[in-house]
Amino acid sequence: MKALKCRECGREYPLTANHVCEFDFGPLEVVYDYDRIKKSLTRAAVQSRPKTMWRYRELLPVANDPTVGLQAGFTPLVKADRLAKKLGIRELWIKNDTVNYPTLSFKDRVVSVALSRSKELGFDTVACASTGNLANSVAAQAASAGLKSYVFIPSDLEQGKILNSLIYGAHVIGIKGHYDEVNRLCAEIAGKFGWAFVNVNMRPYYAEGSKSMAHEIAEQSGWRIPRHTVVPMASGSLLTKIQKGYQEFIKLGLVPETKYAVHGAQATGCSPISVAQKAGLDFFKPVKPNTIAKSLAIGTPADGFYALRVMRDTGAAAEDVTDDEIRDAIKLLAETEGIFAETAGGVTVGVAKKLIASGKIPRDDSAVLCVTGNGLKTLDAVDGHVGKPREIKPSLREFEALLVNEGKVNA
Amino acid sequence: MPKKVRIPTPLRKLTNNEELVEVNAATVGDAIAELQSRYPGIQERLVDEKGEVRRFVNVYVNEEDIRFLKNQQTPLKDGDEISIIPAIAGG
Repeated sequence: MKALKCRECGREYPLTANHVCEFDFGPLEVVYDYDRIKKSLTRAAVQSRPKTMWRYRELLPVANDPTVGLQAGFTPLVKADRLAKKLGIRELWIKNDTVNYPTLSFKDRVVSVALSRSKELGFDTVACASTGNLANSVAAQAASAGLKSYVFIPSDLEQGKILNSLIYGAHVIGIKGHYDEVNRLCAEIAGKFGWAFVNVNMRPYYAEGSKSMAHEIAEQSGWRIPRHTVVPMASGSLLTKIQKGYQEFIKLGLVPETKYAVHGAQATGCSPISVAQKAGLDFFKPVKPNTIAKSLAIGTPADGFYALRVMRDTGAAAEDVTDDEIRDAIKLLAETEGIFAETAGGVTVGVAKKLIASGKIPRDDSAVLCVTGNGLKTLDAVDGHVGKPREIKPSLREFEALLVNEGKVNA
Repeated sequence: MPKKVRIPTPLRKLTNNEELVEVNAATVGDAIAELQSRYPGIQERLVDEKGEVRRFVNVYVNEEDIRFLKNQQTPLKDGDEISIIPAIAGG
């Protein structure tokens, strides 16, 4: 790490807990010394290190060895032949962050970085504004690091995500409003209390953690960048960091320079970025979210502008799917690959299906789908849509009768 | 009659560390102009050369984003509270 730098005007700032350019409010981003990193971060060096996200340590914004989230990342890249056949594409891979450690979503990556850096900067209390997954990860990782935590969430979140924060002893504050309102309140709180707000004043460090997903995809693909990557978009941050991760690997000579596209996926009930992309605009109009994909329900996406730029620069597309399409895609992924994703995963798979059907991802190509969270956390979304168990007495005759009734065997 | 403007941390150097400033403006746009007359330099931090609110600045009147209202033409009434907040990332 060299400095923080404004993405809009280029002004540089010291490496403190600060996320906004004083001049134009542009987001601050960590700057690295890639010439120096190139000397130590070789394929051989990476492969000699433990299988966690920290094997790309030089590209993560901590000054010393990390202290929080040492086991996060390096989730499986699963070859999804059965799903590929259903969607009609030659080759398909699932980057499976439903099994990230410790809280089963890609947020374990960003929180590991944010809390490691928070400790370096001397904070004893961490906080976040969250649609659920981030709250879970902050609560769990703060507990294991001995930090106090405050997590702010919309009060109507899925029960699973609420309990998944409370269990760790975090201070959980439910806000009567949607995520954008939680976000606004947290921006005000962050200015008042001396806490490390992982996605407010710690955002420059926090957001960098997402890059490790791209680094892993490239390494697990045999040190190359996949032709197509499909990424869910809430604030748009993950998509921009996937692109940054790929670009870094090219810059460091770890992968060959190839043509690739990073496509964006949203839920129709909250699709400011995909609507703008489809209309060919370079700005978006904020919306009021209304979707079962609550983890993606950000109507004022802070990185929407940059996400649109990445899609334009890589020749990519965006698409969105309805609540029913999200549920169908969750089921399809589960039934073909044995992976139970949360609603955001349904958004990614559903959008991939549409992009393949429309030819935006050609059928003879290969694609990686980023599945970012676990279905066990959003059971409410599929409850009532996946059938019920048939109940019988503990009797062989009843079971045989059931099979006959269902036409599975002849009478 | 006064309306209140909440000044975010990055701009408080311009307002002598005042967190809450009162204005008499009739619209959001007028409020920004009034702030500029009292705290020179604040306007260019909030709006770009075309006069549009900057991409990473969110302005709220009583907790509602002005992009859902009438942007800078959003009318203000007595006791309204304007918040100026940098866009922040998701979760």
